Amino acid sequence: MRDTAIFWQQVWAILWKDIRYELRSTQTWLSMGMFALLVLVIFNFTFDLRVNNVKAVAPGVLWIAFIFASLLGLGRTIAAERERSILDRLLLTPVDRKVIYLAKLVGNMLCIGVVEIVALPIFVLLFNFDIAIIGDLIPIVLLGTVGLASIGTLFSVMAAATRARELLLPVLVFPLVVPVIISAVQATSLVLSPAINEPPWLGLLIAFDIIFLSVSTLTFQFVVEE
Amino acid sequence: MALAKQTVEGDKAVKETKKRQHLDRLPVASLLLGVLSAIGMMISMWLIFVYTPVDALQGEPQRIFYLHVPMAWIGMFAYVVMTVAGIVYLFNADERVDWIARASAEVGFVFLTITLILGMLWGKPIWGAWWVWDPKLTAALILWFMYVGYIMLRSYWGRNRESGRVGAVIGIIGIIDVPIIYMSVLWWRGQHPAPISDLPPQATLTLLVTLVSVTLLACFLMVQAYQLQRLQTLAQRLRASVE
Repeated sequence: MRDTAIFWQQVWAILWKDIRYELRSTQTWLSMGMFALLVLVIFNFTFDLRVNNVKAVAPGVLWIAFIFASLLGLGRTIAAERERSILDRLLLTPVDRKVIYLAKLVGNMLCIGVVEIVALPIFVLLFNFDIAIIGDLIPIVLLGTVGLASIGTLFSVMAAATRARELLLPVLVFPLVVPVIISAVQATSLVLSPAINEPPWLGLLIAFDIIFLSVSTLTFQFVVEE
Repeated sequence: MALAKQTVEGDKAVKETKKRQHLDRLPVASLLLGVLSAIGMMISMWLIFVYTPVDALQGEPQRIFYLHVPMAWIGMFAYVVMTVAGIVYLFNADERVDWIARASAEVGFVFLTITLILGMLWGKPIWGAWWVWDPKLTAALILWFMYVGYIMLRSYWGRNRESGRVGAVIGIIGIIDVPIIYMSVLWWRGQHPAPISDLPPQATLTLLVTLVSVTLLACFLMVQAYQLQRLQTLAQRLRASVE
């Protein structure tokens, strides 16, 4: 039990460093929030969003906004780290590589979470939904974020070491998060327009989250070790 | 066509003395596989286009099936080989294992691309659409992107141990897609045809012979790609030693 406690203390130490860094710079969160807002607004103009169309399009719009905002956040946080060799210094500390991964993961999830907190109310307002659905959407959004962030954190570290990091990150991340996105979008659509006889999208989302989270945690050490 | 030769790894002195012998040695594996696959593919082509009768429901486009299926199997199998080689490389950093992984990625990528193209050519007359977002096709496209990601990442990362490890990670993460592709027709409803059990005997023969020929072709290309990886590594080392 003591080892577990130390493990999570180490995760918290690295996470708290990242949070303080973000709070002092306030660049990433702000621009990600603005980006999500812009995507939502632009979709308002690109699709013919009359009342009868909205419910079909809305889940996709929401998740596209989240995906692009999270890719932005992932790319920027890791590029900033590489420039200052922070990751290399972290690797010098005698912590298990899983600790570093989990700290980065929770940090990215907080980043994306801030965007989601901003985006969800705006989504409800722009698309004229009932405020109460935010409560039903939160579990889906959280689970989807876990899936996005777990793959994204792993690959952002991978891509950061290469020259074409901004190009490579979407190429690596998009194909893998497709099952997470499909499940999340379908689950969101079920919340917005309930239907029967649908596959268990939430269960599928949880399953993929577990798979991606465990594989990423276990393989992270091979990505960062020289 | 330059056929790749196989050489024995050893220290420099031994290499020098054996150099002349290597130049005289024939690339047996390449020649054998090349000739066999050429003959096999020619036989397959005859079987597909002449021997097998026309399908009653689908007409001529059905013949794509005989090429599409073996190529799909190779495309998926090559990914498995790539991942297994990657995992072996994680524990035993032998560069030859890494060459197998990279060669397998290249060969598998080409075969999967051909599979998707053949599938689209079949889909247009049969379904009326070049592409549908069917589970099997979507999963196959995801695998295709995994190949692209692997090749791009390895290319950018260069030839070193870290590159091999990162490649192994990509393989491990994407490997779950392979059974999803294979089982998707059984698990979900979609437009892709399910496995057929009641083929006429000529069709079964054609499919099996084509499978063998395509596998021989894939092995031949694997040998070439492997030797190419080996030569590229040696060239990089030579360049480094000169500079």
